[in-house]
Amino acid sequence: MTLGFNILVATALAYVAFLFFVAFVAERRAADGQSRWLRSPYIYTLSLSVYCTAWTFYGAVGYAARSGLEYVTIYLGPTIVIIGWWWVLRKLVRIGRAQRVTSIADLISSRFGKSNTLGVLVTLLAVIGTTPYIALQLQSVTLSFAAFASVGDGTAEVDLNSTALWVAAGLALFTIVFGTRNLDANERHHGVVMAIAVEAVVKLFALVAVGIFVVWGVAGGISETVAAIDQSKIAAWQVPTSKWIGLTFLSAAAFLCLPRMFQVLVVENADEAHVSTASWAFPLYLLLISLFVVPIAAIGLSIMPAGSNPDLFVLTIPLSQGQNSLAVLSFLGGFSSATSMVIVAAIALSTMVSNHIVMPIWLSSQGSSAVVSGDVRYVLIIARRVSIGAVLLLGYLYYRLSGGGSALAAIGLISFTGVVQVLPALMGGVFWRGATRVGAISGLVVGFAVWAYTLFLPSFGASAGFGPDLMANGLLGWSWLRPQALMSISGLDPVIHALLWSMILNTVAFIVGSISSFPTPTERLQGAQFVNVFDHSTRAGGFTGGAPEAEDLLVMSQRILGGRDAQNFFHAAARKQGKDGYLPEITPDFLFSLERQLGGSVGAATAHAMIGQIVGGNAVSVHDLMAVADETAQMMEYSSRLEAQSVELTRTASQLRDANEKLTALSVQKDAFLSQISHELRTPMTSIRAFSEILRETDLSTDEKEKYTGIIHAEAQRLTRLLDDLLDLGVLENGKVNLNVQSANLENVLDHALSAAGADRDVLIIKRNRTKEDFPFVTDIDRLSQVIINIVSNTVKYCDADRPELRIAVHHMGQSVSIDFIDNGTGIPKTQQDVIFEKFSRLSDHKSAGSAGLGLAICREIMLKLGGTIRYLPGQGGAAFRLVLPIEHALVAQ
Amino acid sequence: MGKSVLLIEDEPNIIEAIGFILSRDGWTVASHTDGATAVDAVRKTVPDVVILDVMLPNRSGYDILKDLRNDERLTNLPIMMLTARGQTKDREMAQEAGASCFMTKPFSNKDVLSTLRELAGG
Repeated sequence: MTLGFNILVATALAYVAFLFFVAFVAERRAADGQSRWLRSPYIYTLSLSVYCTAWTFYGAVGYAARSGLEYVTIYLGPTIVIIGWWWVLRKLVRIGRAQRVTSIADLISSRFGKSNTLGVLVTLLAVIGTTPYIALQLQSVTLSFAAFASVGDGTAEVDLNSTALWVAAGLALFTIVFGTRNLDANERHHGVVMAIAVEAVVKLFALVAVGIFVVWGVAGGISETVAAIDQSKIAAWQVPTSKWIGLTFLSAAAFLCLPRMFQVLVVENADEAHVSTASWAFPLYLLLISLFVVPIAAIGLSIMPAGSNPDLFVLTIPLSQGQNSLAVLSFLGGFSSATSMVIVAAIALSTMVSNHIVMPIWLSSQGSSAVVSGDVRYVLIIARRVSIGAVLLLGYLYYRLSGGGSALAAIGLISFTGVVQVLPALMGGVFWRGATRVGAISGLVVGFAVWAYTLFLPSFGASAGFGPDLMANGLLGWSWLRPQALMSISGLDPVIHALLWSMILNTVAFIVGSISSFPTPTERLQGAQFVNVFDHSTRAGGFTGGAPEAEDLLVMSQRILGGRDAQNFFHAAARKQGKDGYLPEITPDFLFSLERQLGGSVGAATAHAMIGQIVGGNAVSVHDLMAVADETAQMMEYSSRLEAQSVELTRTASQLRDANEKLTALSVQKDAFLSQISHELRTPMTSIRAFSEILRETDLSTDEKEKYTGIIHAEAQRLTRLLDDLLDLGVLENGKVNLNVQSANLENVLDHALSAAGADRDVLIIKRNRTKEDFPFVTDIDRLSQVIINIVSNTVKYCDADRPELRIAVHHMGQSVSIDFIDNGTGIPKTQQDVIFEKFSRLSDHKSAGSAGLGLAICREIMLKLGGTIRYLPGQGGAAFRLVLPIEHALVAQ
Repeated sequence: MGKSVLLIEDEPNIIEAIGFILSRDGWTVASHTDGATAVDAVRKTVPDVVILDVMLPNRSGYDILKDLRNDERLTNLPIMMLTARGQTKDREMAQEAGASCFMTKPFSNKDVLSTLRELAGG
């Protein structure tokens, strides 16, 4: 009846492979847009079960065996929060979505004036508070391995440390693969959430199965079980009221403040309505998972040999009864509990570390150039991955250094108490407009210090300087500073003592700090946004300093959001303003939504700082101060109505202005057109006439004759080309074009066009991704080639780089395809970008190249006829054109 | 003889043609293609006559002409506007800006030569 260690490892590996598969399928489904069932409220509820870690799975039984019904408090807190305080959750979720919050550190930093000091503070608190907890999970997995080994034939010596290291490494890998696929931390990690939900089911199923086995299989029925419970110590234990209240409060607060809980509750939330489903479904889950804790503990105490670790009863009872497969199931349940906690915690912590510590340092080390020059996406992804590794490494080191104490619950409560120091700042920030940054910092620092002094450091004992002398006599011999009896109040449980003092002093410092300091305008605006999130629609914290260049902002955004997403965002914003192209007007509204968009990737504080670097100077103006003053409740509704009207008016006015400009421009254009044509025709004529007179009148050398007839010939050709272009344009504009629609492969079309445009290797380096080009599509191939040839020959003529390069990027977007042509020259200045597609709009200094400036006007007409567009794409470094084209040309009546 | 002319024009073939015609007649011909620096070029060389195109890169010929006329030393410098824009409006603008004479492209070589001689001799 032995179960080899290797078989167990193989089972664990198979299970992990299964989770990879689940996560992969979920990611794939989400990418295909089939994510409806991924967003079910039940998946959300199951994902909340990361609250139930290995501590809950193994430790609750041990806790019950040691301290009776006290373990119930750990479930009671979250139950009270989610049933009675669902409106707090709903508010957090609403704020999280409205402000695109990436983590609890981001929420607090954002609320208190986008302060990065607070972001760093909460991040450090979270890391310090979570590390022991991760160590705890690693320990539980290794202990459960060991439990199997000790029951086995004893030949397999289990190296606990290397097991823990392998587990940590495996978890880091999983988290990196599925946790850092999306850069936008605000986007949901479908794969991870799905895997967590599966693990939630496995651990519940396992615990219930063990419970049923213990009650009916071991004890022999319900009445026998009840009798066993009556005989055990569990029934006799009386829990002091102070401890009941204290622990319930602690677990309730931890449910809201733990980084991993905030991650699943708020960041991964797909729909606010899911909170209401979870408000009954999650307590049910907790009830089921805690149902058999007491029976297992009582039966375990009566049948297991004295001295066995009650933390492992869930495993050792089935093993001692020879139920190997049940034991393996139980092992997988514990494994699920541990891994799901570690994965979510690592994602949450790595987001905080990268957004609040790595990014600000990187940003300031790069100076102001960072915003437009560095590859922020790359830095961010690397930072996030390294942070995940670092968090797990920290957990592993803590596990090694702490030596693996056997009472699991103790570490859990110490962690909880540390993390809930965020509670006053969180609740105060969400419900009290008077709360300030100074208050939040004071509260956090004080609470953290008290926690460290009374609970965290003493847990290390003498090695951290908290020897028996200090514990008994207090710091510097002052007995009122005894770590576990502050103010000489003794007799309290150490955890309750630490919780009481840290929470009281934290809250007092928070309130006093808030009242005695004056909030900055950004803080007041953010405060109003957070506290009044349900009836608020006004903006906060606008920029009104200089007039930033839309193009600079686009360049920066591309570095963070990626080229496509940033371009789409800018294009949509421009269209909303009634403009074409990729550069919207830089209105406060636009900056506000851009900041939020960027905040979803790098956190509010960093996004604010990055935009501030470009916009410069005043982040908050008199205008914003007035907005603060106006924020009385009565004003809100009225002003939001006015705002809606004024937005409408602004848009109409902007459209009218555009239309008027276009009309004026058209009539000017008509006059200008004739005069332009005459000018363009006269220029080659001048050379032709002058040289033909010279040839007629003078005796010239053969060389001269040859040269001058050559010029005449070239100018005559130029004249012909110009006339051809004019005719072509005339035909295109009048709409009587017969398109010769046929099917072709884009790769071939590009090949032909490139060689026709004279883009030889020695003139122009072409960069292509041929696999993306290899697909058939239907359009007028000759006309499309004409456009491509025009663009490429412009590059050959005008690209002013030392080694001219042209990058051609093809992208599919549903039924259409986009083709980008981006060179590495200096590009086209913004003032000219709008006019290059107009007739005769040849850039002023390009005259020598001998074209009449009709090429791009013709391209635009052709693309229009092909059902597509050609646009200038700003912010790419060099000159860049984007063609968008339907894959199947619709055969409309011409 | 040996008068100098500065040709401010950006079409290489037209520069070639005028250059040929004038050098054959004994003129010293210099040319300049950029509108933005044209005024400085005139100040530096101070030729006997200037031939000025209108549509130049970076700066219009009219603006250049106004600047030249505002310079005391160049108030009386003979300047011929030579442009492919031949409408009455263009002629008026040239006169307003202070052109000594106005010719349209394409031109007859003989006319250009005689007009220039007249301008330089006067």
